[in-house]
Amino acid sequence: MRYLPLGPDDRRAMLGVIGAKSVDDLFKDIPQKARVSGLLDLPMHAGELEVERTLGAMAAKNRAAGAGPSFLGAGSYRHHIPSAVDHLIQRSEFLTSYTPYQPEVAQGTLQFLFEFQTNVAMLSGMEVANASMYEGGSSCAEAVLMAGRVTGRPRAILSGALHPHYRDTVRTFTQFSPVEVEYGDPVVDGKEDLAAQLGPDVACVVVQTPDFFGNLHDYTQLGQACRAAGALLVVVVTEVVSLGALKSPGQMGADIFAGEGQSLGVGLNFGGPYVGLFATRRQYIRQMPGRLCGETVDADGRRSYVLTLSTREQHIRREKATSNICTNSGLCALAFGIHVSLLGEEGMRRLAKLNHAAAVQLAEQLGQVKGVKVLNKTFFNEFTVELPGHADEIVEKMVGQGVLAGVPVQRLYRDRPELANLLLVAASETNTDADRAAYVAGLKKVLA
Amino acid sequence: MKPDTVSGNRALDLEEPLLFELGRPGRTGVDLPDAPKVASRLGGLDREGSIGLAGVSEPEVVRHFVRLSRNNYSIDANLYPLGSCTMKHNPRLNEKMARLPGFGDVHPLQPESTVQGALELIHALGHWLKTITGMPAVAMPPAAGAHGELCGMMAIRAAHEAKGDTNRHRVLIPESAHGTNPATAAQCGFTVDPIPGNERGRIDLAAVKAKLGPDVAGIMLTNPNTLGLFENEVIEVAQAIHSVGGYFYADGANFNAIVGKARPGDMGVDAIHINLHKTFSTPHGGGGPGSGPVCFSAALAPYAPLPMVIEQKGRFHLIEHRGGKNEPGEKSFGRMRTFNGQMGMFVRALSYMMSHGADGLRQVAEDAVLSANYIMASCAADMTSPYPGPCMHEALFDDRFLEGTGVTTLDFAKAMIDEGYHPMTVYFPLVVHGAMLTEPTETESKESVDRFIHVLRTLAKKAKSGDAAFFKNAPRYSPRRRVDETTAARNPVLRWTPPAPKAQAAE
Amino acid sequence: MAERRYTKDHEWIELNGAIGTVGITNHAQEQLGDIVFVELPAGGKKLTKGGEAAVVESVKAASEVFAPVSGEVVESNPEVSKNPALVNQAAEAGGWFFKIKVANPKEVSELMDAATYKKFVETQH
Repeated sequence: MRYLPLGPDDRRAMLGVIGAKSVDDLFKDIPQKARVSGLLDLPMHAGELEVERTLGAMAAKNRAAGAGPSFLGAGSYRHHIPSAVDHLIQRSEFLTSYTPYQPEVAQGTLQFLFEFQTNVAMLSGMEVANASMYEGGSSCAEAVLMAGRVTGRPRAILSGALHPHYRDTVRTFTQFSPVEVEYGDPVVDGKEDLAAQLGPDVACVVVQTPDFFGNLHDYTQLGQACRAAGALLVVVVTEVVSLGALKSPGQMGADIFAGEGQSLGVGLNFGGPYVGLFATRRQYIRQMPGRLCGETVDADGRRSYVLTLSTREQHIRREKATSNICTNSGLCALAFGIHVSLLGEEGMRRLAKLNHAAAVQLAEQLGQVKGVKVLNKTFFNEFTVELPGHADEIVEKMVGQGVLAGVPVQRLYRDRPELANLLLVAASETNTDADRAAYVAGLKKVLA
Repeated sequence: MKPDTVSGNRALDLEEPLLFELGRPGRTGVDLPDAPKVASRLGGLDREGSIGLAGVSEPEVVRHFVRLSRNNYSIDANLYPLGSCTMKHNPRLNEKMARLPGFGDVHPLQPESTVQGALELIHALGHWLKTITGMPAVAMPPAAGAHGELCGMMAIRAAHEAKGDTNRHRVLIPESAHGTNPATAAQCGFTVDPIPGNERGRIDLAAVKAKLGPDVAGIMLTNPNTLGLFENEVIEVAQAIHSVGGYFYADGANFNAIVGKARPGDMGVDAIHINLHKTFSTPHGGGGPGSGPVCFSAALAPYAPLPMVIEQKGRFHLIEHRGGKNEPGEKSFGRMRTFNGQMGMFVRALSYMMSHGADGLRQVAEDAVLSANYIMASCAADMTSPYPGPCMHEALFDDRFLEGTGVTTLDFAKAMIDEGYHPMTVYFPLVVHGAMLTEPTETESKESVDRFIHVLRTLAKKAKSGDAAFFKNAPRYSPRRRVDETTAARNPVLRWTPPAPKAQAAE
Repeated sequence: MAERRYTKDHEWIELNGAIGTVGITNHAQEQLGDIVFVELPAGGKKLTKGGEAAVVESVKAASEVFAPVSGEVVESNPEVSKNPALVNQAAEAGGWFFKIKVANPKEVSELMDAATYKKFVETQH
């Protein structure tokens, strides 16, 4: 076995030192009834070549998004990842290290987390960010739980244009908590009056921009209304590249920012691992979930970094912790950080502009296809179109044209037949003129 | 110690400022074309002012992160004996497989017809997990161990409520448990009732029985437990909890000790999370991402979270919504994350499992347990253990051997850093004074373990010889010496902020 | 000078008229190590004897401070919130936590006096 260095002689010598006759003597505490006699009913060990063959065959059954024109979004976006990102995250010292509990030999991880927190705070326009969460939906759920702790109030109001999976995750996380979640019908046109629902028992209002249907919002006034009512404004961003072009949550007066960072440095990965973003106002840091890295000095007075404020966390506070979260998404946070570093201010702005332009061009072209209507007035790199038939069927037919055409809205709103013809379409810097042409040509053919 | 060089560097160890201090306006590490001119659809919501991101070229970025990386300890460099973390070798084949475009470059909402291989992989991994645990169902979404605990405890709560049993608010948890257990129980609205351990370091079965009642929702038990010992009365614990209608949640953090040797399903377990980043070698990445699928008994299986993968007539389907009566997902407690699961970790874990096979996995547990016992026996003359062996895959020491020396567990740990070793897990479990929880894993050679033992024994002797100052001053040779955690916590500085403009600074 | 009384959870209280000043003992402070954060009850908060009143944190531990007696919080010590190190420096003086309008003065006299508390601490080892 290539991964197991011990051989029969080693084992015999070690057993001698222990004073045990056989390895099974060491397992004597396990009741006989629970022991496996012989081997499990699974294949025997295999060499690299065999494993590669089997897994390679499975991978080949999937259509890689990049194998042709792809226009899927809805919370997961395909962007070009600079080559340096994957090279650097595979450095042994990053890949195979653990949580930086011994700061003297983990300054590499700690410094990149400190830089990550700074980058997230800057992009979101917030005062402080944590060292990352699992992914966007659970980050949003933790934001709602935190708002409950901060305000001591029982109601959370969710926008009808919040990503339905985020809404569901919030509902799951809060179902046994003191926080009651309220949400209305899907808001395709982005028009809803959330301020009207505020009251003295509201802990937070959760909104998204660009919202699930692609519409853009300025939540400044809603934030003011929340403040007047003593509630927190939680702003969700699922496409973090948009922050290179759009007014940030912090600039709108958000109290908590919860988002998905997958777009920068992290691939599509069929849904995970991703990197959850979480930021807030400085006054609330003790109510924040997740790890935090802080600056300090070492015994020689040199600048150093260390995990801090851990008394909020489960390993100390146990049942009184702010969250049960124990891991962050370290390596994805590193990938995010390297990508942001490579982009810098100028690259981030350019990338956002390219994405917007790609979507505007696509929207114009699709809007000219007979029977297709672009519903958005505003959008960043994703918008909703109304098709002359069921979106899921058209998407399936478009696969035959070699195009991944978008995400049928009803896939996420199964109990809403009135949304059956709606399709979410995303474009990014990875899409070429030829991709758009293939989309339009394919769609015309499919609709004909 | 702080080097006396002009640069502050020490040969290969290079000091590195923050990225934001390196950045210069206008510099970039990517070349992106000008965007074509289009009529903006941003609705006037354009971002104003500078974001503040640093401008850095690619060579500077590469150097920055390479230099940072060199300040980290890693399993690739040396033995990493962190108890309860299972820092085993991370095979590189797994990395290669996870990066196949057919796995890494697949969107979670692609049409089912275009992702049959991805669904097949999840289904196959689920089969391995079910076989290894001897349990009939598995939930793949949880992103980490604690997320898995949440999954399991939510299923338990949902199962009770489905029976109209809404008065079960108490969960029994041993005092030695990981902090995530009580935190999770609390997050599911339960109150935590701690169970003491007995003089043998196991859960006190009599205490469990004494705490039973109609308001008990279940028990959360780590097995092997956090003291590195197998709970030999596990079946009796399961029977006791079942006798009052409660469920048995097992924390699978220490599964590496029994993989291929024993099955939780045969112990009466109703739910167990498996840390793919521990037992199945997906890299820890400086603290994540993890992956914590949960295996369920038949009693809890109906409440598993969404989405789930099922196979019908050779086709794989992703169930994303609660089904109607008698359909998959009918009683699911819901969705606990945005998308399907930690696919990148699934590929790596399956690659690991296939590489080991039924024979190799059993050998993993045997070698891991053998190595831990070897360390415990080899150090017995110089160090103290609170409980006699055999242990499972972790050797637990306490600080009695340091009594009167003036050296604490922390000092001992810091001295190990100078010797080129990451310390073991210290001060956990909380129920053992000055605990040192040591987990070598099966991927260390005997020579490597022998070198480690030699260092431990020599340091223990040195501590007893009265040289406390040596330990108090450690570490000396690491990139940083002991850091001031008090200052960090009293006045938290959690981000870089640009220096104040000069005019203001002069005031 | 009014007499001080002590609890088994290592709080002290000093009664002046109807107002009691509450803090943690020097022994408690020593056990906790460097204190980095203190969460105090707001004025007007009603406390019951033995209930959770405040939280005190060191780098590696968080401990609850319990109300030694029942009553209503009159004020908390802003100096301690600003500078938690004050608790380490002067736990039984300037590092007091809050003042409480004592509901039943008898609850105070039932607590340990200084000598009894000293003996109690010695038995803790």
